[in-house]
Amino acid sequence: MSITEKVGAGTADFADQRLGSNKWLGKNLKKVFPDHWSFMLGEIALYSFMVVLITGVFLTLFYKPSLVEVVYEGSYVPLKGVMMTEAYASTLDISFEVRGGLLIRQMHHWSALIFVAAISVHLFRVFFTGAFRKPRELNWVIGVGLLVLALGAGFSGYSLPDDLLSGTGLQIARGIAQSIPIIGTWAAFLLFDGEFPGVDFMSRLYMVHILLIPGLIIGLVTVHLMMVWYQKHTQFPGQGRTNSNVVGYPLLPVYMAKAGGFFFIVFGIITMLSGLVNINPVWIFGPYTPDQVTAGTQPDWYIGWLDGALRVMPNWETVAFGFTLSWNILIPAVIVPGLIFTAMALYPFLESWVSGDKREHHLLDRPRNAPVRTGIGVMSIVFYGLLWIGGGNDLMATTFNLSINAITWFLRITLFLLPPLAFIITKRICLALQRKDRDKLLHGYESGRILRLPHGEFIEVHQPLNNKEKAILMAKLDSEQEPLALPAKTDANGVKNKGYRVESLRARLSHFYFADTIAPPTREEIEAGQAHVAHEAELEAPLHEYEEEAYVQVPFHGGVLHREGAPMTNAEALEDSRRTD
Amino acid sequence: MKALAAHRRHPIMGLVLLLLALGVVGGVYGVATTAPSSADTALVGDQTQIEEGRRLYLEGCSSCHGLNAEGGSAGPTLIGVGAAAVHFQVATGRMPLAAPGAQAPVKDAIYTSEETLQMAAYIASLAPGPAIPTAEQIDYTDADIAEGGVLFRINCAQCHQAAGQGGALTQGKYAPSLMSATPQEIYEAMLTGPQNMPIFADTTLPTPDKQAIIAYVVDLQQAPSPGGLSLGRLGPVVEGLFLWTAVFAALIGAAVWIGMRAR
Repeated sequence: MSITEKVGAGTADFADQRLGSNKWLGKNLKKVFPDHWSFMLGEIALYSFMVVLITGVFLTLFYKPSLVEVVYEGSYVPLKGVMMTEAYASTLDISFEVRGGLLIRQMHHWSALIFVAAISVHLFRVFFTGAFRKPRELNWVIGVGLLVLALGAGFSGYSLPDDLLSGTGLQIARGIAQSIPIIGTWAAFLLFDGEFPGVDFMSRLYMVHILLIPGLIIGLVTVHLMMVWYQKHTQFPGQGRTNSNVVGYPLLPVYMAKAGGFFFIVFGIITMLSGLVNINPVWIFGPYTPDQVTAGTQPDWYIGWLDGALRVMPNWETVAFGFTLSWNILIPAVIVPGLIFTAMALYPFLESWVSGDKREHHLLDRPRNAPVRTGIGVMSIVFYGLLWIGGGNDLMATTFNLSINAITWFLRITLFLLPPLAFIITKRICLALQRKDRDKLLHGYESGRILRLPHGEFIEVHQPLNNKEKAILMAKLDSEQEPLALPAKTDANGVKNKGYRVESLRARLSHFYFADTIAPPTREEIEAGQAHVAHEAELEAPLHEYEEEAYVQVPFHGGVLHREGAPMTNAEALEDSRRTD
Repeated sequence: MKALAAHRRHPIMGLVLLLLALGVVGGVYGVATTAPSSADTALVGDQTQIEEGRRLYLEGCSSCHGLNAEGGSAGPTLIGVGAAAVHFQVATGRMPLAAPGAQAPVKDAIYTSEETLQMAAYIASLAPGPAIPTAEQIDYTDADIAEGGVLFRINCAQCHQAAGQGGALTQGKYAPSLMSATPQEIYEAMLTGPQNMPIFADTTLPTPDKQAIIAYVVDLQQAPSPGGLSLGRLGPVVEGLFLWTAVFAALIGAAVWIGMRAR
């Protein structure tokens, strides 16, 4: 036994005699995870969140969540002698006085941005591959909850430095709270401890940012991962992969090495980025005072779409019984995001209701095989992207020499026009890809070789699929979904069907989802197709025989033909002549 | 004297005396109210400069601003805009306009600085207006940068952005970036309110305040970025763009690399 083995065995023994851990570890360290790069997107979120936590702890050592006014006496000359809050002054101190403070602050901010972005791309992967289907619906709901919490964590952090940007953001947040009918004013008072900007407000926000939201995130992330562990990871269809197995590498040593290595890569990228690229130069924006605002005031990227919704909304207000209903804020900032997040959380249940599919799914869908779902996803991304443009409309205007009014009107129209168009185009592309898959299953590849048969007929020679690709394409046969039939208005005895309305809605939705899919060929058809391919290969065989004869190489600039048994091939001869040159 | 005495009782003399009195009063008032712009009077004095400026004006500007600078449908009147406005617009290449649009963009200046001064002298000769600031007026070396920063955020940042990178206004108009503006241009802009900018006259923003603002803008132009690449100092939008392009390319690239099957 080597020393490593001895130490390892000793440690495991020590733990096992006290905790009885060997049995559990022996089983779980061999747990298999499937391998695909897109399964690591969630890991980016996890690792960047760890960086946020570590750097955040460092920042709490120096940050003061206080709105008490002080005179700045630090080393940043352009602010020397300026009145500001302690919150802002301590942020400046972290940036300019604390050793390594600016690096840590920038790491905290960059990794927070990466955290939300990684959640988003992870969500895309889960959505487009249908990984949210039974039995993973609840984990999807937790994921949506984590996304909302991440937005809250980001926005509260953006507001803490009390610079001009964060103050302006808070003022908008207050406006949004006030726009809620009936309780708005009181909600705003509750949040801000009285009139804006309040006195105790910063310490409350600080508590939300460093205790409440991170606590909830850590809790939910734990449940999220435990559920992945328990339900096992989904996998893409492929050779040997079924709905009841997991093909991949064991946790120890392969996956642990990969995941551990990836953590260090993410950490390294964040650190390098924060050392090289400045983020949120609070010293430029200056301290917040309610009478000041700067052009180009924008939230961080993940709030940008909400800001965009506010910016493109027409200025509608209703005055009723002496109360003002601010539709201009209520719709874009409360109703629209409320509907979007609710729809997002409920989507797995909606889809399973529409499809009537109660089976467990451990094999992922290829996005093309769920055209309506893929279409909805692309449609949402287009909608989000347009609102994003709205959030940066002033920068769009100055960068591309456009009128900001023209951009606003462009968005007001395209927000209703482009997403449906994106849906239709995506669905068409998916269906076209399905047809292509069907053809491939039936006839194999088009080789591009035209063969003239002895009786004069021309055929294009097809080549059979390899087993790997065939397995991927065959997966559609099992995941095929038929639209539900329309319900009968009355049953056989003429009794009225009470649930008719709901059932017919469901049937129509199901039709919308599944009626257009290209039916895959049956197994018999595939076999017949493969026989056909084999027949074509047979027809081509004499050609190959000819090719495989002695005259294989074409002469190079008058070089010698290679014959079987000759000392050198043409390639060798060529190489030889080059060497002598 | 005899001739004067002879015509003393002429009926037209009453009118002449009245005009003379009005001229004196108006002249004294005019000189008194534009007393600080001493450079103005110096320019007015140089007749050949004015003549040359008038020639250049008729050639390059009069098609829009009118033969007597009275203005028209294509351009505003220039009577009373002062030498500072002419110098600002022409020296930054904004005038003459290349094409009508929401706003005159900055271009390479068409006229030499001498020609610019000649045109400024001509316009200044039409009516009193803000003069080109003297070197003394734009000397910001003693100004307080921090004070300038406060004034900048109160008066300028809402259009020119906190870092002076410029911002959008309505209907395609914009507040330009201040990153290439010279102290003289900044002073002249505050004094004359070009394009869509309001006028910050000496009564609202005295010279020391203007100097402080200039000092702050110059500091913004020259100051290094302590945290690394500044990404244009345009705020979170550019940071987000950088994140979704460069940073995510690196992160997803790493994920693909790790996810690859070992060969």
